[in-house]
Amino acid sequence: MQRRRHVLDLDDFSRDEITALLDSADAMRELLSRSIKKAPSLRGKVVLTLFLEPSTRTRVSFEQAGKMLSADVINISGSGSSAEKGESLLNTALTLQAMHADLIVIRSPHSGAPYFLARNLQRMGVVNAGDGRHAHPTQALLDLMTMRHHIGELEGKRVVIVGDVLHSRVARSDVFGLQALGASVVLCGPPTLIPLDLLHGSEGESLPDVNIEHDLDRAIEDADAVIALRIQQERQGAGMLPSMREYTRRWQVTEGRYRRAKPGALLMHPGPMNEGVEIASSLAHGPGSQIEEQVTNGVAVRMALLYQLLTGGQEEAAE
Amino acid sequence: MTEGRLILTGEEMRRALTRIAHEVVESNKGLDGLTLVGIRRRGVPLARRIADAIASFEDASVPVGALDINLYRDDLTSRPQPLVRPTELPSGIEGKAVVLVDDVLFTGRTIRAALNALMDLGRPRIVQLAVLVDRGHHELPIRADYVGKNVPTSLDEIVEVRVPEVDGVEEVAIVERVKAVST
Repeated sequence: MQRRRHVLDLDDFSRDEITALLDSADAMRELLSRSIKKAPSLRGKVVLTLFLEPSTRTRVSFEQAGKMLSADVINISGSGSSAEKGESLLNTALTLQAMHADLIVIRSPHSGAPYFLARNLQRMGVVNAGDGRHAHPTQALLDLMTMRHHIGELEGKRVVIVGDVLHSRVARSDVFGLQALGASVVLCGPPTLIPLDLLHGSEGESLPDVNIEHDLDRAIEDADAVIALRIQQERQGAGMLPSMREYTRRWQVTEGRYRRAKPGALLMHPGPMNEGVEIASSLAHGPGSQIEEQVTNGVAVRMALLYQLLTGGQEEAAE
Repeated sequence: MTEGRLILTGEEMRRALTRIAHEVVESNKGLDGLTLVGIRRRGVPLARRIADAIASFEDASVPVGALDINLYRDDLTSRPQPLVRPTELPSGIEGKAVVLVDDVLFTGRTIRAALNALMDLGRPRIVQLAVLVDRGHHELPIRADYVGKNVPTSLDEIVEVRVPEVDGVEEVAIVERVKAVST
């Protein structure tokens, strides 16, 4: 297997590669639970995080993941950097590469920005931490890790993704990851917020295990896991939503609707939540909720990813 | 049919581990605070064998843990990437007499990594080392407290300890390095 330098989306990950990463993330979780949360494996590596959009959990968890493995992590935000003086993204990245950083983690409001960097950076790896409405591969990996931990192998499992799928980079990456692991996906939400292109793979082939169901009562029937997405008020164009009240009435994950899913079904949300809009508050903090565990797993999965990108080759060493 | 040159049969392995079990109990003057920690992968089944042997003659059980040292290796950038697996130390190591167990003592670098990993997990009262085979060529000032068999080797050889849990058979053999790559 060719050694991976960049992680841009999950559409080029095989089932084996995802499984190996999740196995490694399980081991990293053990390290997270220790009183001394530190191992020296990335000593001397420099990881940059360049966040051109607000973020708490993704930025902090990348930073924490890098530091726990002893990498030096340097955070750069849009404001206060040369980006504010009008420096282009490429020139900023080339400057950072010239400082011998090993990896850049980028969050950008523009879909495709990490791909552009990956094409133009010769020595520095690129990890996509969310680009516009396109992809968010590490969020998808932590979702997969959380699901696998609680409901076992995902082959044949039914996962409902409800809400603003159109603007959701999380949903897009989740669909690729769930497909790779053999789960079936139901996309649910107002017709204006469900993109039809998710029914097709990157080669235009149709994906038989991805379906659309606009009625949440029907979509949630027998679900093993429900992922509620944030209504992204900052990305709503006019006319996409009838009204918040109507959205809440028809697409909020409520106690009543949750009872239609399989007993013990997982409730997930990538955060930040609009409690009482896409998910009932009682559920968000109830027993089925994995929302805090998702955050913990986010650190573990990012540790596994940094370890994979910044150390050795790929095949397992013969002992 | 054994691959390579057989140096310990399953029966000889069992006897060596039983002797190590007796030595561990004797030199620690009993089982008080004793814990066995196997280094993944093959150190773990060997640690269990030693614990089973101790249980058979002392009528008490010794806790067995598993230590993954891959995050502590000194060659992470120069060799194929090893898979990291969880470390499991059910009884902890704080204040304990820890016996590290590994299959082969070679350069000593794995043990160096294991000691660092262990120190990050707590402060044991004492750490000892048990290995099934000491093959020489140490590169660090590290030696074993308990040795199943000393085997002189050349650098072109690989000592393979095979255990049923991983390899389906129980034996120790020496294979040539070139041949080992193809298997």
